[in-house]
Formats: sequence, C-alpha cells, structure tokens
Amino acid sequence: MVGVRTQDLCKTYNSSPPLGAAGGFVARADAKGSKQQKNQIPALDGLSLEVMPGEIFGLLGPNGAGKSTTVGVLTTRVRPTSGQAWIGDHDVWKEQAQVKLLIGVVPQRPNLDFSLTAREILVFHGAYFGIASKLRNDRADALLEKFKLTERGNQMVRGFSGGMMQRLSIARAMMHDPQVLFLDEPSAGLDPQTRILLWDIIREYHAAGKTVVLTTHNMEEADALCQRLAIIDHGHKIALGTPTELKATIPGGFLLRLRFGNQTEGLLGRLRSLTGVREVRSTESTGVDIYADRGGSLISEIANLAASSGADLSDVHISEPSLENLFLHHTGRSLRD
Amino acid sequence: MNWKTFLAMLSRDAHVARRNAIQLGLQTFLQPLLFVFIFGRIMVGSGYMPESYKSLLLPGIIAISMVFTGIWAVAMPLIAEFQWTREIEDRLLAPIDVAWIAIEKVVAGMLQALVAGLMVIPMAWIVLRPGVQISIHDPLTFSVILVLIAAFSACGGLALGCTINQQHIGLMFGMVITPMIFFGCAYYPWSALKTFPILQKLVLINPLVYASEGMRATLVPQFPHLPLAAVLGALLFFDVLLLVVGLRQFESKAVS
Repeated sequence: MVGVRTQDLCKTYNSSPPLGAAGGFVARADAKGSKQQKNQIPALDGLSLEVMPGEIFGLLGPNGAGKSTTVGVLTTRVRPTSGQAWIGDHDVWKEQAQVKLLIGVVPQRPNLDFSLTAREILVFHGAYFGIASKLRNDRADALLEKFKLTERGNQMVRGFSGGMMQRLSIARAMMHDPQVLFLDEPSAGLDPQTRILLWDIIREYHAAGKTVVLTTHNMEEADALCQRLAIIDHGHKIALGTPTELKATIPGGFLLRLRFGNQTEGLLGRLRSLTGVREVRSTESTGVDIYADRGGSLISEIANLAASSGADLSDVHISEPSLENLFLHHTGRSLRD
Repeated sequence: MNWKTFLAMLSRDAHVARRNAIQLGLQTFLQPLLFVFIFGRIMVGSGYMPESYKSLLLPGIIAISMVFTGIWAVAMPLIAEFQWTREIEDRLLAPIDVAWIAIEKVVAGMLQALVAGLMVIPMAWIVLRPGVQISIHDPLTFSVILVLIAAFSACGGLALGCTINQQHIGLMFGMVITPMIFFGCAYYPWSALKTFPILQKLVLINPLVYASEGMRATLVPQFPHLPLAAVLGALLFFDVLLLVVGLRQFESKAVS
C-alpha cells in the first residue's frame, strides 16, 4: 500500500492556470481585486498533507481553493513553485516515470483521446503501461462491463455524453490497477444512479487495498465516502480529520442563519444569552449566524427577542450538523460561493 | 527510457493514421499532384515552359510534400490535443519522461514524411512522364538527406504545434507556411534568384531551401544547386535547433 505526502506546497500561476491542469478557476476574483502584480495568481500557499496508505482521503473546498492544483502537483501535471510531494517513497518531481506507474488519474474534465474508440482508449492505455496484450484486452472488456459501456465500446468517444465520458475516464484510470487513485471532482455531472455506482466502485477499489484521493465540493460525497478529510481554502489547510471529528468541532452543531430588516444595538448580545446558543456572528450588514445546540426550538425565542428589540426578523435558515456548516464556520463563506 | 511505452504510443499514432488514411492521402498528395500536372504537363505541353522544367520541378515537389506532411502530422494533432480537451494527457500520464512523448511525436511525423516523400516520387513521375530525367546517383547521401528533411519537418511541426493556439492556425499558414513555400526554392533553383541578390541571401534562413536544393543535388545534379556540404550542414542545424525549441515548448505546455 502506498501513501501520499506533501510538504509546504506553494504554487503561483503566472497567467491564468491552464484549464486542463488546474481544472477550476483559481482565485481569479482575488487577483482582479488586488492590483499588485498582474496575473500572479496564488493557488497553493504552503499546503502540507499526509494521506495514509490504503485510505480514502478527501480534499474539500470551494471552487478555486486549490484542490485541483494539489492533485495536479501530485500527478506530475503542475510544477510547484516550492515545496515537495511524494507518492510512496518517490519524489513526484524527481522520479516522474516511477510515480506515474503508481497513480491513476481521473481529471475534473474528461481528457479522452478523441481519435480512438472507447475500447481502444482502454487497450492503448494498458499498452502505455506495458500490460501484455491478452491481459489488457481482458481488462478493458471487464471495465467496459463494470462501467456499463460495453455496448458503446466500439464507438468513437467524440459522441459520448458527459456522464459516459466521465465513466470511461474512471475506467481508464483503473486500467493499470494503480496503487493510488486520484479523482478530481469525480461525480460532477453524473446523475444520481451513476454517482451511487461510482461510490460503490470507489469503495470496492479501496477494499482491494488501494489509496484513493478525491476532491469534491459536495458535502454529501465527502461525508459518505471519505475516511479523512482536509478542508482547504485559498491554498491553506483549514481543518483535518474524519468527517465525524470535523463535524464535532462546530460549536453546537446546528447553524441558524438569520436575516433582519434592521439590526439594533445589543441584539447580538441578547441572542448570545439564549440557552443553547454557543456562538453568534454577525455577517454582512444585517445577517447573523448562530451556532447552537438546538435548532427549531430556538426560533420562537429568537422571534420574540427580535420583536422586543425592534429588529425585524426577515429570514431564517436552519441546518443540522454538516461539513457545510464546518466550512462556513472556518471561512465565513459557504462552499457554494 | 521506457521502450514499451514509447512503442505503444507509436502504435497508437500508426493506428490513428491508418484510420484516417484516405483523408491523409488526399491531404498529402492532391496539392503536389495538381501542381505537377499544371506546371509539368500543361505549361510544358503548351510550350510555355521548357521540357527540362519537369526534371527541375520533381525534386522540389518531393521536398515540399515531405516538409508539409511532417509539419502537418505533428503540429495539427498537438494543437488539437493541447486545447481545452487536453487529449494528450493520457500520454503525459504514461510512465515515461515527458520529453520522450515529444520525441515519439517527432518519430511518428518523420515516418509519415518519409512515406509521403517516397510515394510522391512514383506518383509525380507517372504524371510527368515522359521526359523526366531523375536518377539516384548516391543512395546513401539521398537517404541521409531524406532523413534530415523528415526530421526537420517533424521537429518544425513540434515547435509550431506547441507554440500556436487553435485560433492562430490561419495565421500560421499565412505568415509561416505560405512564405516558406514560395521562398523555399521548390519551384525554381536557388541560383535562379541571382538577379535578386538581397532576396537570394534572405531565403537562406528558410530551411525548405536546403530541402529542395538537397533533393535537386541528389536527384538531378545536372541542374545548378547548393553544395551538398552546405545542404547537409544547414539541415542538421535546423534539425537540432527546432528539436531543442520544440522540446522546450512541449514541456512548458505539458506541465503548468
């Protein structure tokens, strides 16, 4: 079993990151906002991670957090500005060919070879990895079957739907039976059934003793699939642990997002004094986030308090303990922002 | 260096070329054959050109066919594969150093250029005959020049393909390919430029000049041509230069 490690990874793009390598829109808004050095786009800022051998590890964060860049560095496609990365004992940037033997990569957007049929893509991929002819043909057929692509096996992939391309990308990454499988936003664009199929396949692959590293901004996926998670934002690691551990760090667990027509003085203090309220934060101009031990039962008290303070309560949103809340708690931003 | 991976990538390119054989054939041979027909048959047959022009034209046509097949075979797929689809990535992730992937593309392009060159000779000869006087006096020199031309075209394709974006393909033809063809001494010998002395010096930066003159030197030495040593030296220089530039560009495109 093979683990993955990074040490103080930094990456600054000099121009907008190439779409293929970086996948997302890396902190572009920030770069525009600050007028310092044009086009210098920071994507990773001293990221250190350790993924245990045989673990399903998730990188969770909003678009532009640096997830794809991290995967890019670990898969020899993005050269870090500084810092080091290892797959097993191999330094990614010193022993690229050995590293590439150990890893399988599913990119954020399918990068299939459009000049080939689905089956040829798998068979040639096997050939690139030196797999003997009979074995690679058998494996290609088995993977087409597993990903429900057998009927389309002899068609050119140009005409495939997004979901089919995504399935084939995953099949291709598994073709050489890599020790570490990287999946960058694997379920983006998949329908719910296919997503479940994919999760099953990832779990099965993991059960065979393989390490899986996936990025996602989907809470449900991170929660359902990952044994440990790193939450990253602006190229920093802001939290690390099992989904349960991470959720336990949110004060109270419940999040009540309130919006008032006008916010009167002393309102925050009075909200803080309610039983079960653990933390009160003011957001934007008239919004308030309350972390509390209870959810719905607080509403009537909040409404009374608001009425007696003259603050007009205009919107309430309650969410149960989740990684989404955790992210919000750490960054003040929603994952979907 | 991982030979299995290298050969697998080469066989992938051969497979794709076989699949597109008809399209490739038309692309490679239609233009030179039409050119040969118009200038070698119609213009000569009607007396506007002397009979000897046939023999002068053929080596130039071979050079042009090879050079553009090689450039095209390497540059066009690379331009497409480095676009947003990043089709090349399954090869970038193959267990081999990135530079070898570029070299594989060069080898594939060279093979296509050699096939084009060797096929256009009989085809053009059939269109032009009778009256073509070509012969291979020195097979070794001829082979060396063929290989050097194939290498220059494929390395040129690598350098262009990794430098130009899809939206600039038109510009590449207008600004690079077209002047290269017309000032490449393919349709006239370099010595014919002696009445334009500045131009005659200027065209020496065009590697197609050495390809055309090299073909002339080995196939129709009865016509004036650049000395063989100059041809060999210049072709070798351009091979190395374009390979170095191409590899650098490829690596900067492959890794961000």
